[in-house]
Amino acid sequence: MSFISYLINGISLGSVYAIIALGYTMVYGIAKMLNFAHGDVIMVGGFAVFFAVSMQGLPTFAGMLLAVVLCTVLGIAIEYIAYRPLRQAASSLAVLITAIGVSYFLQNIALLIFGANTKAFTSVVTIPALKLADEQIIISGETIVTIISCIIIMTTLTLFINKTKAGQAMLAVSEDKGAAQLMGINVNRTISLTFAIGSALAAIAGMLLCSAYPSLTPYTGSMPGIKAFVAAVFGGIGSIPGALIGGIVLGVIEILSKAYISSQLSDAIVFLVLIVVLLVKPTGILGKKIQEKV
Amino acid sequence: MKKLKLSKNIKDNSITYGIIIIAYVIMQIMIKTGHVSSLMQGLLVPLCVYIILAVSLNLTVGILGELSLGHAGFMCVGAFTGAFFSKCMQDVITIDLLRFILAILIGAISAGIIGLLIGMPVLRLKGDYLAIVTLAFGEIIKNIMNVLYIGKDDSGLHFSMKDSLSLGLDAEGTVIINGAQGITGTPKNSTFTIGVILIILTLFIVLNLIHSRDGRAIMSIRDNLIAAESIGINITKYKLMAFSISAALAGIAGVLYSHNLSSLMATPKNFGYNMSIMILVFVVLGGIGNIRGSIISAVILTLLPEVLRGLSNYRMLIYSIVLIVMMLFNWSPKLINLREKYSLKRLFKKPKEVQ
Amino acid sequence: MAALLEVKNLGISFGGLRAVDDFEISINKGRLYGLIGPNGAGKTTVFNLLTGVYKPSEGVIKLDSHNITGLKTVEINKAGIARTFQNIRLFKDLSVIDNVKAGLHNHFKYSTIEGILRMPSFFKTEKAMTEKAMELLKVFELDQEAEYLAANLPYGKQRKLEIARALATDPKLLLLDEPAAGMNPNETKELMDTIRFVRDNFDMTILLIEHDMKLVSGICEELTVLNFGRILAQGPTGKVLNDPQVITAYLGE
Repeated sequence: MSFISYLINGISLGSVYAIIALGYTMVYGIAKMLNFAHGDVIMVGGFAVFFAVSMQGLPTFAGMLLAVVLCTVLGIAIEYIAYRPLRQAASSLAVLITAIGVSYFLQNIALLIFGANTKAFTSVVTIPALKLADEQIIISGETIVTIISCIIIMTTLTLFINKTKAGQAMLAVSEDKGAAQLMGINVNRTISLTFAIGSALAAIAGMLLCSAYPSLTPYTGSMPGIKAFVAAVFGGIGSIPGALIGGIVLGVIEILSKAYISSQLSDAIVFLVLIVVLLVKPTGILGKKIQEKV
Repeated sequence: MKKLKLSKNIKDNSITYGIIIIAYVIMQIMIKTGHVSSLMQGLLVPLCVYIILAVSLNLTVGILGELSLGHAGFMCVGAFTGAFFSKCMQDVITIDLLRFILAILIGAISAGIIGLLIGMPVLRLKGDYLAIVTLAFGEIIKNIMNVLYIGKDDSGLHFSMKDSLSLGLDAEGTVIINGAQGITGTPKNSTFTIGVILIILTLFIVLNLIHSRDGRAIMSIRDNLIAAESIGINITKYKLMAFSISAALAGIAGVLYSHNLSSLMATPKNFGYNMSIMILVFVVLGGIGNIRGSIISAVILTLLPEVLRGLSNYRMLIYSIVLIVMMLFNWSPKLINLREKYSLKRLFKKPKEVQ
Repeated sequence: MAALLEVKNLGISFGGLRAVDDFEISINKGRLYGLIGPNGAGKTTVFNLLTGVYKPSEGVIKLDSHNITGLKTVEINKAGIARTFQNIRLFKDLSVIDNVKAGLHNHFKYSTIEGILRMPSFFKTEKAMTEKAMELLKVFELDQEAEYLAANLPYGKQRKLEIARALATDPKLLLLDEPAAGMNPNETKELMDTIRFVRDNFDMTILLIEHDMKLVSGICEELTVLNFGRILAQGPTGKVLNDPQVITAYLGE
């Protein structure tokens, strides 16, 4: 029975990774850049809720709204100030380093405002835990909400991209910026929109992550950010179903190896699986194969 | 005609060596006359470590043109193997310098071999995929070091991945690598002078490699892989050569690092991906492929937080802003145009330039 | 006497598409041979098959009576085929002379250690490489620009440098993929002279893809015309160019 509990926990953690990985994958697909600061937007989302609910005593819903709005604005601002000027830069490394700079910046702002001490995060989930099989399996409210959120987000996003004009514009820009521009698509606005969606998702991921693992520091987002990035690459970066698969698989592997092998080696195992997958399929499970024309 | 080119390289390289030596002499004079705070003196060996790391990573990123985010992992291998050797041989080889030189060799060779082993499967991946896989390997190395236990007694060496008890040492035995506690009591052999000598050694290897037949082959792969193949250059061989030499040099930096500390532990801070990223920042900011630039930016970016120490909590914030602004300033096409318009060009180095 | 290049029944498919089918060619030593055809006919694919970029689905490629079918690009170059590319592929951040010296890579050797330690063999070999490279650059009138970055050369000279680099590998057969693309009539005329010069002075066999009919009729002695991946006509230039089938393929009905 404990195996099933672990599995469900893994799916739950994987759902959080999947939501973060979505942000990575969308931004990568469209801007062709690794947004290293994405993980820190998660942390900002967590602190926004903490600030509103625990420090100001506002209702949970207000805190969640604040987090989403703040992160959305932040995502747009980061893209506009730090990444857009480098879009045509001679080396793609330039924007990678700038993203690292933005990551340091967000961590240190949080450090200045909230200090380095670990904050106890009050869960935003209030529904009770689900007890199954004579209370042998207990599924926490956080787990239920996380998994449901993930399903809703995936469905909505897939519909948005396939059915709306803005979503189609995103696809067009990710295929070919120049051609999209010639077809009358506002490339800058489309990229801004992508960052806005990605960051809003990061805010949601931040709340869910902190609700399930209720400790918050300025570095909270860093490691989940990297893992979600691994999930995105694992599933095939640029692919939305890939992010889902990658996230879930990663979460399950992490929890199961923590439970059955070694808690210290669980990260190493996650990374090892990534390496094996990439060596067998160099662009991830659902990634497209790109061949250079000679 | 070619004489001119060769002498241009020699001149350029001499400037790089010259800067190091002059900086060393000035530093020594300042230390002797008591102008250097003890805090600053404590920074000198780490500074040498960072310079070696930056120069060696530039071989992978700038000369081979492949993005690696696992450089700290190779440093970790060098640090642990070097320190392990020194601890084991402390009573056998009593001449400090000889033992340290051997430790450096062992650290370099181990890191180089690990680099070769990792490079063989992963170097066929490209760009961001290679970056994430090297990051993954770096993290794996760090994690393994945290669960590795090695002890020594009369019957030889004992290994375990569980805890120090399961080593089964006899009463006389000692634990050398103690899992997450790492290695304690490594002889403190690292000095500023040795650090500078190792920097010069690293420069000698990297610069001479670049300006040789093999360096040309490596750079031709960077510039155009398909064309390099078409003229008969063995891609795998040269990719592996650059990658493993780069790893071996990072191993040297690791040995220097571990012999500067009384206790060596593998933490996210010293051997995690954040360290790899920091070294990459040195390389990119100093100019991709520009060896001298790597040295200068490693020095500036290491000293900057210390100079800003008076600003306490604000220093890392300022550091991050400086980083972003410098990247925008150096790389944004619009700002580059603006700079050229106002002819400030001479003041700033061109971003991509193999010196 | 056996031909230098002997290709039989060469073919490749991409997915369901038959890109090249039943391709045959026989080129004698010292020939200047042209491969022409409309866009998308499969000309560059033939080059990619000959140089090992693609593995042929079937067929045999023999160079100087040695079977080189299925070998890797690097081995094929060592066996004696060098090429240029339709979209120029220079080592753009290397100097002009270093581009040529990279081409000399397999003919002038010293070990990595000798290079790093700057042993006498390093200086000796590098000097010999430089002399050889300068010799080649002079042929293409690039010796004045030897120290320039390849990326900074004007277009026409970049094409020439690519040929010089290919020649540096000391091939038996030189493949030129649209050498005159993007050149003005004067540059093209100059290029024709250079190609002839290379053939005569380096004792070279040359196979080239070209759209410029003036160049093709001006220097090629024999032609193969490809259309939809198949051979449409083959033979001496004058005869092939007057073939009504070829004229139809080029000009339409």
